[in-house]
Amino acid sequence: MMGIEWLAPVILTVITAATPLVFAAIGELVTEKSGVLNLGVEGMMLVGAVSAFVTATLTGNYILAVAAGALAGMFMAFLFGILTLSLMANQVATGLALTLFGVGLSALIGQDFVGTPVTALAKLNIPGLTDIPFIGPILFGQDALVYLSFVSVAAVSWFLYRTKAGLILRAVGDSHTAAHSIGYSVIGIRYLAVMFGGAMSGVGGAYLSLAYTPMWAENMTAGRGWIALALIVFATWKPGLVLIGAYMFGGITILQLHAQAAGLDLPSQTLSMLPYLATVIVLVLISKDQSRIRKHAPACIGKIFHPAA
Amino acid sequence: MLLKIVKRPEPSRAMVYLTPLMALVLTVVCSMGVFTFLGVDPVEALRNFFIVPINNAYGASELLVKATPLILCAIGLSVGFRANVWNIGAEGQLTLGAIFGGGLFVYLHDVDSVFLLPGMILLGAIGGALWAGIPAFLKTRFNANEILTSLMLVYVATLLLSLLIHGPWRDPDGFNFPESRMFSESATMPLILEGTRLHFGTILAIIAVLGTWLMLAKTLVGFQIKVIGAAPKAGSYAGFSQKKIIWFTLLFGGAMAGIAGVSEVSGPVGQLLPSISPGYGFTAIIVAFLGRLHPVGIIFAGLLMALTYLGGETAQINLGLPVAVTGVFQGMVLFFLLACDVLISYRFALNRTGRVSG
Repeated sequence: MMGIEWLAPVILTVITAATPLVFAAIGELVTEKSGVLNLGVEGMMLVGAVSAFVTATLTGNYILAVAAGALAGMFMAFLFGILTLSLMANQVATGLALTLFGVGLSALIGQDFVGTPVTALAKLNIPGLTDIPFIGPILFGQDALVYLSFVSVAAVSWFLYRTKAGLILRAVGDSHTAAHSIGYSVIGIRYLAVMFGGAMSGVGGAYLSLAYTPMWAENMTAGRGWIALALIVFATWKPGLVLIGAYMFGGITILQLHAQAAGLDLPSQTLSMLPYLATVIVLVLISKDQSRIRKHAPACIGKIFHPAA
Repeated sequence: MLLKIVKRPEPSRAMVYLTPLMALVLTVVCSMGVFTFLGVDPVEALRNFFIVPINNAYGASELLVKATPLILCAIGLSVGFRANVWNIGAEGQLTLGAIFGGGLFVYLHDVDSVFLLPGMILLGAIGGALWAGIPAFLKTRFNANEILTSLMLVYVATLLLSLLIHGPWRDPDGFNFPESRMFSESATMPLILEGTRLHFGTILAIIAVLGTWLMLAKTLVGFQIKVIGAAPKAGSYAGFSQKKIIWFTLLFGGAMAGIAGVSEVSGPVGQLLPSISPGYGFTAIIVAFLGRLHPVGIIFAGLLMALTYLGGETAQINLGLPVAVTGVFQGMVLFFLLACDVLISYRFALNRTGRVSG
């Protein structure tokens, strides 16, 4: 039993480190399933994070703050949609532009809020249940967004594979010409998928600035948007695997925290490198097998659709 | 919809040159809105952003100082972008260049030799190329996406620099600050103009621009890059090796960014610090696109983006505007450019039939 007191706080920090990745990756998964590659996740997360933080500071209302994060992410995604879907700009370049713009915009919005902490998002507390040793705080002691992240994965999975709308979305992503000729609005569906992805990235960002480290700092996402993109490849576009991947990366991210507490004598920088190195390694292991990627990746991903008039 | 987008029979040459200007005009108009929102007279803000920083000789020289790393990184990236190789990790390659070049000085700090600086520049180029060689290897051997790998390596590079100057490379007389020794005279880029910070790195950038221009126009590898970028299938029918192009463009881009890194630390920075670049490697992506991936265009775009750095500083000092405005401005330029670029291959037409079109 002696391992357990040590394990519970570790699991709790893994959950907080993984949750922003779950949101961002599951949203981007839907975007990519519709055949659109939005590399601007990092930028959308940053703008979501700062909008949520500013709203929380000014109003003290956390529901409003999370909504602001989602709306901000959605707004950024809408800009991406205008460029890539309506104006047929290159998706890779536009995604990069979205991230560069997001870095600047979030720094501008947040300049007066750097270093002013807010109270962290409240955690569930059910007397009796939350007090159960070990599993109590893990199962019944999380904040609302953690539960929402699990619900989102289940909902996205159900939507994509159990509903007609999900089937249509996947059809648009796999063969836009076919979907168009049957009469579906390829562009319209992609707008919705892109904006859903933006909203979820925004919520992921909001989780960072409201719960993970309840404060705002420039570039506080520190590459998580890009890691989320890699997670989708790792998960071969399957919602369940996205969840597992996010928790795996959450684990690697917090290794640094606990390794130092455990007295491991390594420079902090070496441990901070781990999530980035792990992303590279994971990409290599998955990409090695191109036939597997090709089998699962949406066939039209990144391709421009222009309905011949 | 009232307007519909119709494909042009052929891409418009005129629009290739016009859209960067259109993008600039739109960015300026939009940023006037941002300035007004921030409570500053927009005309005064624009004057502080674009005219005040360079209305004297020193200001003009500073423009070149800032443009140097941007142009070096962008010229390297542009070669890759032409061949659809998306190296977005120039910031990391720049950092590795600084580490390799600066590292030579750290170990040979008491050597006073004319060969020290050339050695540092060479090592810097090698360091940047090695760092870019990792995504090249992973892409050609394992098909790993170079966008994600090159970007992840930016974070690793920054941490590596931090590790070195917090540890073995820390200045022994530096009161424990995470900094290397100040570079000696023989490890410092010679100044071109007394009384300014204009240094030899700018000449390296000009050589890089001319060299790249020649390479693209006159050599077989330059031809292959252009063909593979414009028509990948034609390239493979012609027997051009995609893998060779990936290796070449990444190593070249890495070397250029590496030189930019050395040129910064042996130039205006003067030592290894935790932060040696305000994101030059990322802004260089915008420079490459705005310059139409063309060496001459990249010079103009590099000067313009350099001006936004200076303008941001001036506007902060004179008007109290946040420095972050620079980033917003740079992001907007790329956004509007990509939006306007639709006009190269398409044109807008009135939707006479009145039907709704996608």
